[in-house]
Order: sequence, then C-alpha cells, then structure tokens
Amino acid sequence: MSGAKTWFGPGFARGFGKAWLAAGYVFLYLPIIALVIYSFNDSRIPNRWSGFTFKWYVALTTDREMLAGLWLSLRIAFFTACASVILGTLAAFALVKYKRFTGRTLFSGFVSAPLVMPEVIIGLSLLLMLVSVQRAIGFPERGMLTIWLGHLLLGMAYATVVVQARLLDLNPQLEEAAMDLGARPWQVFALVTLPMISQSLLSAWLLTFTLSLDDVVLSAFLSGPGATTMPLVIFSRARLGLNPSVNAVATLIVLIVSIGVVVASLAIARAERRRALDIAAAART
Amino acid sequence: MMRPLQTCWNWLRRGRTAVIGLPYLWLLAFFLLPFLIVLKISVSESEGVGFKDVLVVKQGLLQLSVKFSNYVFLTQDDLYFKTFVSSIKYAAVTTLLCLAIGYPFAYFMARAKATLQPALLMLVMLPFWTSFLLRVYAWKGLLTEHGWVAELLTALRIDHLLLSAELIPALGRYMNSPFSLVLGMVYTYLPFMILPLYGNLAKMDLRLLEAASDLGATPWVGFWTITVPLSKAGIIAGSMLVFIPCVGEFVIPELLGGPQTLMIGRVLWDEFFSNNDWPMASTVAIVMILLIIVPLAIFNRYQAQAQEARR
Repeated sequence: MSGAKTWFGPGFARGFGKAWLAAGYVFLYLPIIALVIYSFNDSRIPNRWSGFTFKWYVALTTDREMLAGLWLSLRIAFFTACASVILGTLAAFALVKYKRFTGRTLFSGFVSAPLVMPEVIIGLSLLLMLVSVQRAIGFPERGMLTIWLGHLLLGMAYATVVVQARLLDLNPQLEEAAMDLGARPWQVFALVTLPMISQSLLSAWLLTFTLSLDDVVLSAFLSGPGATTMPLVIFSRARLGLNPSVNAVATLIVLIVSIGVVVASLAIARAERRRALDIAAAART
Repeated sequence: MMRPLQTCWNWLRRGRTAVIGLPYLWLLAFFLLPFLIVLKISVSESEGVGFKDVLVVKQGLLQLSVKFSNYVFLTQDDLYFKTFVSSIKYAAVTTLLCLAIGYPFAYFMARAKATLQPALLMLVMLPFWTSFLLRVYAWKGLLTEHGWVAELLTALRIDHLLLSAELIPALGRYMNSPFSLVLGMVYTYLPFMILPLYGNLAKMDLRLLEAASDLGATPWVGFWTITVPLSKAGIIAGSMLVFIPCVGEFVIPELLGGPQTLMIGRVLWDEFFSNNDWPMASTVAIVMILLIIVPLAIFNRYQAQAQEARR
C-alpha cells in the first residue's frame, strides 16, 4: 500500500492534472492554429507548405460572393442580437420574478429547448410554417427577414440563459429598497436593475451576434434566392474540399473575435472593480 | 358598460402581463405552432404543390383524413431504421467520449489555483466564440493526406488500431470515416460538457473530502463516493447538452462523415432539399423529436432544478 502511494501521490496527481489540461487545450486550439497558419500558405494544394503569402487575403477583397454574404450576415446578426437581448431579458424576468403563472413549466421548457434541439428540426418546422403563412397572406418572402426570425429563436434562448443567471445572482433587497423609497416599478428597473445586469446584456448581445454570424443550418432552410449569408458561402466551398479563401476568412474572424472578447472581458473586469470600490466607499460613509 | 373594458385595459397595462406575455406569445407562434404544422404535414396527403387539409368539411360533415403511410414506410424501410440506430449510436459514443475527456478536464480546472481559474475558463469558452463551422472545416485539413494529425496518427501507428476496429477505411486514410465523424463531434461538443461540469465541481464543498480523508478514505475512494455523486447534476446536464444536438447533427457529418456514417440529420436534409419530399422530411423530423423527447425532458428538469438551487 505504501509502495503504491509513492507513485500515486499528490505530486503525481498534480502533474497528471496539468498534463491533462494542457492536452485538452492543445486539442481545442490545434484546429484554429492550423487554420491561421495555412491561410498564409502560398501553395494552392492544401497541406503542402510552399512559402508565405498574403494573396488569399488580397483575393478576398475582390470576392464578390463572400463580401455580399458578409454584409448580409452582419446585418442579420446585428438585428438578431438586438431583438434576442430584448426578448431574452423579458423571458428571463418572467422566469425569475414570477414564480407562478399559467403555463410556466411549458414556458421554461420552450425557452430552453432551442438550446439543444437539433437545428434541422427547428429550421424545417419554421420554414414549413412560414411557407404556410406566405401561401395564406402572401408574406413573408423567404430572405433576410425569415433568416432573422430563425436566428432570433435560437438567440433568444441563449440570451435568456445568460440574463437569467445574472438575475438570479442579484440581491433582491436592492430592488426592494428602491421600492420602499417610493420608486415606480419602471424606475426600479431603469435605475437599479438595468445598471446591475448591463454586463450580462452586453455578453448576451455579443454571444447572439456571433451565433447568428456563424449559423449554417437555419440559414440554409430559411434563405431565399439572393439571400446567401457568409456561412452558407463558406459551407458550400468547404463541402467541395479545402479552400484557401476559407482559411483567410477564418483567420480574420478569429482575429476579430479574440480582440472583441479580450476587450469586452477587460471592460467587464474594470467595471466590476469600480463597482466593488463604489460599494466599499458607500459602506464606509 | 365601460367597466369590463377598463379592467381589461388595466390588466394589459400591468408590467407582468407584458413581461410574460410578449416572449410567451412569441414562442407559441414561432416554436410551438411550427411543430404542429410539421405534425400536420407529416400525416397529410400532398396535392400538387400544397397539402390537403387534415380536417375537411364535406357535405356538412367534418372529416378527418389522416395518412400514416409515411410512418409505415419509415418502419418498413431498412435504411431509415439503420440511420436512426446509427445516429443514436454515434451520439452516445460522442457523449461518452466527451464525458471521459471532459470530466477530468473540468475536475482539474476546478481544483486549479483560484487565481488561474478565470483564465482557464475563458480559454475553454474562446473557441466557442469563434465560428463552429470553420473549426469543423479545420479538421478536414488536419485529417486529410499530409495533415498534421493524420501524419501524427500514422507515425504512432494508431491507424493500424483504428483499421482493425473498422473505424477508418484504409491505413493512413482518416477522412470521411466513423473516426473523423466522432472526432469532429467530440471536438465541437466538448466545451458543452466541460462548462456545466466545471460549474458544478467548482462549487463543491471540499471539507467533505477532508472529512472522508479523516475517516480513513483514500483520495480515490473519496473521489468515487463523494465527488462523483455530488456532480451528478453536472454530468446529466453536460451529457444531454452533447447527446441531443448530436442526434440531429448535420454540418459535421456533411463535412467530416462519409457514405458509411449514416446520420438522421443528413437524411432529413436530403429528403427536403434533394427529393423535395416535404411530408417525408416532416415524418423524419417527428420521429427524431420522439427520440429526443425523453432526454429533453430530463435536461429541462435538471435545468429548472439548477435554477432553483441557485436561489
């Protein structure tokens, strides 16, 4: 027994833990690193390194299809993120503040189901409904609007989870105190609750924006002629094989997202620190 | 006369009605209603470009004309049955592998230095923010001829092992095989396993382990009798978050899978886009929903319990 302990001691466990974490992170990041490196590969033949080049990036500037897709995707993502945060915040409020209302179980099920529901099911069912509606009243045409509706369904679920987590962490006494001091409910929301959940609203916005920017399946079902989003362009090229233009787009996305996430998290950390200082100052006086 | 109207208006004006009603109506219209339409189309007769109504008033009588032939066809056709079984098999294997890799990962994360943990967590979430499609595409590059991972696996002679398990078609060829499909799914869904497990394990009261150790339990026994049972909620949430979307996955089988790897999401896609058979696609969707409804209910229950526990 003591012999076993010498090799399976705390030192071994710590080393094993570190190695496991390191291997896990290599697994998670290896594909991203490979994408970035091969975007600078001079050779047209994939996986054969033949020199450093920027030519795939230059080619992107004249890639009409990709640029049009990007512009459409950015617009859809913007509107999806804004609408998802509004609906998600309402749904989160309904679930956190009201413990009893008719059909609450059903409601909470509906809210979280799109998180795991296979996208082919959501896409198909939404499309079939929209087609029925269109046959009946001649609206909506398949295109940007219908893609937005699909993304909103998914985005709302994610936004609800993010905002709900923050609302559950809030101290209800702060809102009660504001009520006691005579604030109207909407004043409590605007002056007390909103500033406290603003960071979660920001992260929900960013999350739903990136989700929408990335979605293939819903967009494929709900898009119409002339409404090809960037992921659809990438997907149709990726299906055919390796394509250096996809690597170049990927590198740009990775770059933008990393900068965005780092800046946002630094801003959030700073705001947290300032709030902690404010609270400490308020406690002293 | 005005009184009921006034009450009604007051009810509508109340914040509560708007806060609950708006998202509720939205979900009823865009989440529940579409499913009912899919259900209807799956049992309706197609009629030119449209579908006959399931309920028809004929000669003053309400008639219900339901056609189950799609469902009957689904049970008789061998290919569909095989596809459903193999989708569940691949999803289950993916879930188990994610758990095997993700549990130790989340455990070591949760037991790392407290100052390091936010950075470790952020590093798990960061790939999640970058495009899922592009990360799946990246594996294509890593696994085709001369790809980094392909070279490494061949050098380590792991391809012999994979070939003997019939997971790859030939030595040194990894793409479009069950191996590449499961690898892609494990890679994509691993963060979904790690995050709930980490959230659960990080909250655990470590004094319980000290108590166990004081009572003579070895760390190994303490781990299996205390840590694992306490993290049950995390295990279930993570497994459902991996299993359910994997059953209907389309993008990963399309990019990394091959002719051998039958997945139901791809069949639905082909029925819809290639065969234009909307009733059949709807039938496949309904059966898929039936397959995931139980895991979905379990997931929702644990989700709700987790919310209550935070209170």
